[in-house]
Amino acid sequence: MVTDQPTTETVWQWLDAVPDPEIPVISLIDLGIIRDVAWVGDTLEVTVTPTYSGCPATRIINLDIETALRDRGVDKIRLKTRLSPAWTTDWLTDRGKQRLEDYGIAPPQPAGGPQHCPLCKSHDVERISQFGSTPCKAQWRCRSCLEPFDYFKCI
Amino acid sequence: MTDPLFEFLCRMGDNTLVLGHRVSEWCGVAPVLEEDIALANTALDLIGQTTLWLNLAGEVEGKGRDADALAFRRDVWEFRNVLLVEQPNGDFGQTMMRQFLFDLWHKGMLTALQNSSHDQIAAIAQKSLKEVTYHLERTTDTVIGLGDGTEESHDRMQKALVRLYPFVGEMFVSDDVDAAMVAEGIAPDPAQLRADFDATLDAVLTDATLDKPTSDFAHKGGKSGKRHSEHLGHMLSQMQWLQRAYPDATW
Repeated sequence: MVTDQPTTETVWQWLDAVPDPEIPVISLIDLGIIRDVAWVGDTLEVTVTPTYSGCPATRIINLDIETALRDRGVDKIRLKTRLSPAWTTDWLTDRGKQRLEDYGIAPPQPAGGPQHCPLCKSHDVERISQFGSTPCKAQWRCRSCLEPFDYFKCI
Repeated sequence: MTDPLFEFLCRMGDNTLVLGHRVSEWCGVAPVLEEDIALANTALDLIGQTTLWLNLAGEVEGKGRDADALAFRRDVWEFRNVLLVEQPNGDFGQTMMRQFLFDLWHKGMLTALQNSSHDQIAAIAQKSLKEVTYHLERTTDTVIGLGDGTEESHDRMQKALVRLYPFVGEMFVSDDVDAAMVAEGIAPDPAQLRADFDATLDAVLTDATLDKPTSDFAHKGGKSGKRHSEHLGHMLSQMQWLQRAYPDATW
């Protein structure tokens, strides 16, 4: 056993400091896309699941993970992609949902639409478009404060 | 015959590739900003799914080709997409009708593929299905909204349906490749997906006040690769020119 290997718990903490490149207020851990961290011999294996299959942020995320680990002295890294089970917004952490809301993005709700306007908290909201600025978001509008806002789609 | 599993994976990947590229042609020129973004997102999902299907196809083939090699270095006759997806965008209504017809088939196919005996295929299907379910929600709403809309939008949707309906049948044709997939429990017989497709189609068209053409004539030849329409070659010449002019170019 090599003694200078950081524990997987430490690695999880490091990854919690890596922001999502598109929505930097939440970390990769908040997003729920890191599925496993394990040492295989002297190689650190990180298993990542994509949010949407075509999301361009996926490659940046992989690069950010590698950079974060290399900066902390881990040289042998293997990134694995896991498709199944498919990513779901159920894996967003509660802290992540709160951070989204504070940032002005309505967090996903099982009912399929935002609970309320993330800005003024009014329930009088309407959908503008099923899609938004990134694959994971849709565009909504508040009828009370009239502000448009992003809703993190529930999948 | 080439390996039926490779053929099957190319069919799945070429459908999403060709439609994804077609839909991306709207980027920057859609009728309103929200639709522009929605179309671009749909295209992105389809291209992402393509990467999964064609990388797996390349692995199965075992000749060192990856998704990029298959997408950019094959010519028209090697493509295995159904004819529907290579049809030109036309107006916005025609694009949405094409998308709706494909989404409806796609959802049925992916739902069945979730239970594939092939683990990687089941995983790709499970991932893609979430995205495609969302696509279908939008296209269903749009077909109903425009069909049961103004006189102008109704007429355009009816014309789109008449134009595209002859391309529906090919999605449900079974051949030797399908039979091989059924025998190994890898994929369903496409013919068996038709009843559910028809039931939903009829319900949506009724809500959209559109009339389904009575003739079941179907153009074929895309999925087998025997006879693509003239449109695919033009599309590929645009999609592939850079990799053909400058093979392995990077930047």
